[in-house]
Amino acid sequence: MTIKNLIVRPTTKAVDSGDRLFTTLVGAASSIVVILLLGFIILLVVDSRESIRSFGMGFLTGSKWNPVATEVNHIQFGALPYIFGTVVTSLIALALATPLALGSAIFVSEYAPSWLGKPVAFIIELLVAIPSVAYGIWGLFVLVPIMRNVVEPFLQSTIGKVPVIGALVAGPPFGQDLLTGGVVLAIMILPTILSLSREIIAHVPRLQKEGMLALGATRWEVLSKAVLPYARGGIVGAAMLGLARAIGETMAVTMVIGNSSTKIGASLLTPGYTIASAIANQFTEADSPIYFSAIVELGLVLLIVASVFNIGSRLLIRRLARREGGSHA
Amino acid sequence: MRSRSEDRKFAQRRVRGVVNAGIAVALTVLAVSALFVIVGHIFVNGVGSLNLDFFTKIPKPYGETGGGIAQAILGTLAMLCLAAIIAVPIGVGTAIYIAEIGRGRFAQMVRFAIELLAELPSIVVGVFIWALLVRNITGYSGIAGACALAVIMIPIIARSVEEILKLVPDSLREAALALGTPRWKVVLFIVIPTVLPGMFTGIMLAVARAAGETAPLLLTSLGNAFFNFDMRKPMAAMPLQIYSYAVSPYDDWHKKAWASTLVLIALVAVLSGAVKFFTRRWKHESH
Repeated sequence: MTIKNLIVRPTTKAVDSGDRLFTTLVGAASSIVVILLLGFIILLVVDSRESIRSFGMGFLTGSKWNPVATEVNHIQFGALPYIFGTVVTSLIALALATPLALGSAIFVSEYAPSWLGKPVAFIIELLVAIPSVAYGIWGLFVLVPIMRNVVEPFLQSTIGKVPVIGALVAGPPFGQDLLTGGVVLAIMILPTILSLSREIIAHVPRLQKEGMLALGATRWEVLSKAVLPYARGGIVGAAMLGLARAIGETMAVTMVIGNSSTKIGASLLTPGYTIASAIANQFTEADSPIYFSAIVELGLVLLIVASVFNIGSRLLIRRLARREGGSHA
Repeated sequence: MRSRSEDRKFAQRRVRGVVNAGIAVALTVLAVSALFVIVGHIFVNGVGSLNLDFFTKIPKPYGETGGGIAQAILGTLAMLCLAAIIAVPIGVGTAIYIAEIGRGRFAQMVRFAIELLAELPSIVVGVFIWALLVRNITGYSGIAGACALAVIMIPIIARSVEEILKLVPDSLREAALALGTPRWKVVLFIVIPTVLPGMFTGIMLAVARAAGETAPLLLTSLGNAFFNFDMRKPMAAMPLQIYSYAVSPYDDWHKKAWASTLVLIALVAVLSGAVKFFTRRWKHESH
């Protein structure tokens, strides 16, 4: 930090102009980044204005999506089914990925020796490098048949018989449905949650762990009573960033979720849409200004939701880092 | 001496410890197997359809066998190049600004903007370019696709280059400044040369990430079944080709989609892996 305050006061004119030009150039580059972000917000708000004006909150709460006027239906855009699909698939993903990521993070950083832990973590984190369309094709041709023929019939024959929660798996197993979308998303956000959790667990002060070990605690007791309580806020932050990525993920979900029904029901075996898959499927059909505006508003909703979760996650993780800094001081 | 109940309690605690360790191991094995399962399926399903035609011919209409995805490979490379030309100066310039020069509120704002842009869902980037360029100015085109990819690359480059610039010890800058070297010479001729390989790696990782993006291209470059060297027209790209073949009803196209996925993953691996190899060698030589 100190060095930055030490801006050179140039003595000759030539030096002066070189520094000024350089600062202007890199300053301009950074301005472009800020302008880009502002541009995103302004353009999406401006282009969705027509839809916001016509439907107001009804865009978020309405469940009728009628882009074409017919005798019975007038044009109407209610994105609730898409929002519902996004929420359900993201929550499934979070519920599946968090235990996996946390279990792996604990194994890698607490149990495994580092010659084993580091490569294992590296391998899991390579999942982040796989393009989402590759997850999509794998999901479509490998996972969907497995879900349709094995997993979903199995779920129906077990929890399907339980009175209330049985409704979650009611209906014919298509394979291309909300549940499959959630499973693919879970694999995709696994590396995100893992790498952040690993970093957070590594930041737990050694003294706390050693103190418990010295008192005769088993390894698991050290983990559950010293490590995890300390890291809890950060792990929630990691899961939140995973959630943000799940909400915005498009191609993989689009390829396995079915994109065919706007019904909102209890069953996870219903083919559905997410906000992102609705955009990917419908942007070419947006022939009228109001349809275009509605699609842009879907993008605006995604932008806002993803950013909120992203900021929330960073605040949680940063608070943990600050607390750690304070405890050393 | 311990009493019997204490013994039992201790045994219980140990059992619980072992069981939970076992659960952690099982979860790890499951997580690790995901990568092997997915990459394994892609390799097994894709490798059979790879041949010379696949890389040199354009797609045949349905019903004829053979043909390839040369136009998509070309489109991906062309759009990546243009995107890098746009994104590298902006990304690197931003990183230099926030790491070397900027102070106070504006630098904070730039950092915040980078964080938000880096986590934007890629389809939102597509919608943005679609609304900004495609609708009224360029139409579906390679240029629009490259712009979308550039928007994705900029925050990744800025973030990784900033991290790398931070690794340069301040004493190096101080020494140079103390000799009266102007700031811009310190940055360009002293700071950057020490981290050049790392910067290059960061940039290539951003290119690799952009290479696999589908959603933003779907809304901007649209795809094309023929060779197209004109970036003002719709352009094919490997991810788009994979998507449209995978959701098609034809078996032959499914095979091509798998093969294209294999090629795409290989491209991503080469972009992000080989670079590391070369930069390591560069480092060895320079020492």
